[in-house]
Amino acid sequence: MEELSLIGMVSVITAGLTIAIGSLGPALGQGRAVSQALSSIAQQPDEANTITRTLFVGLAMIESTAIYCFVVAMILIFVNPFWNAVVDMVGQIGG
Amino acid sequence: MDISPDSMIYWHIYGPINLNATIVFTWIVMALMVIGSWIITRNLATGAELSRGQTALEVVVTTIQDQIREVTQQDPRRYLLFIGSLFLFIAISNLLSIVPGYHPPTGSLSTTTALAICVFFAVPIFGISQQGLRGYLAQYVKPSPIMLPFNIIGELSRTLALAVRLFGNVMSGSMLVAILLAIVPLIFPIIMQVLGLLTGLIQAYIFAILAMVYIASATQVQQKQKSRQEEKGKQ
Repeated sequence: MEELSLIGMVSVITAGLTIAIGSLGPALGQGRAVSQALSSIAQQPDEANTITRTLFVGLAMIESTAIYCFVVAMILIFVNPFWNAVVDMVGQIGG
Repeated sequence: MDISPDSMIYWHIYGPINLNATIVFTWIVMALMVIGSWIITRNLATGAELSRGQTALEVVVTTIQDQIREVTQQDPRRYLLFIGSLFLFIAISNLLSIVPGYHPPTGSLSTTTALAICVFFAVPIFGISQQGLRGYLAQYVKPSPIMLPFNIIGELSRTLALAVRLFGNVMSGSMLVAILLAIVPLIFPIIMQVLGLLTGLIQAYIFAILAMVYIASATQVQQKQKSRQEEKGKQ
């Protein structure tokens, strides 16, 4: 039981840290990208279509790093492999 | 709380094979698309009077064609079927999530992986058909042969990124609504769902555009040479 609560505690704390740190960098990057795109649209409104499309593709690329962190956090909370392994082990010993 | 519709099993067939929510809702989306397009394209007209459905479909198809032409600078007809069906499938399966009881099949990693693998195989197929086996393979050693392993890793990692990006976005949308339903069940889930519709459509657009960019990067070298020759011819 001791191991189980330790694994749960570490998983939850790590999931929080993962999503907190992992969203920090992409947020800064996306902010920079959007501000640059806005100023270039203001300078050249004719090219708005191309700039917007490139902006979306770039934002998707930047965002994927945050999504990786989110997926790792979700794995830690909902389908944690270590938690499941320990639960199986305890179940085998108990049963 | 389920992390993906894969774990909601409706009918257990045999051993590891079973009918889960992902498959069922994929079939529903496929049936909707096929029947809808069949009903609309049953009696197409070329005159001045067009049915509403035909006008709507023409707008969709011409928009996709224009986008492909702008991205690749090539004839869009070759890519229209593949890119168009990718976009329409993802867009419809994301947009239907306002229907109660519906679980978007794109919120499961198996669907998005399947779509990403389609793109992974479409790139060499289009590339080889455009510029031959030699020309396509020559791209892997393009700046210098040292870049060969990085090009191969890039090919694999962008497929992974394509799958995980779509899955993460759709899954996070439905999970956010589920969490908000437990905390503030009154109005906020609806606002997040509206935001989810926007995200779903943007993700479908991004998936299609990224697939197009990858395919274009595998087919564009010859295009450049051709346009150079044309310029020389003009001079």
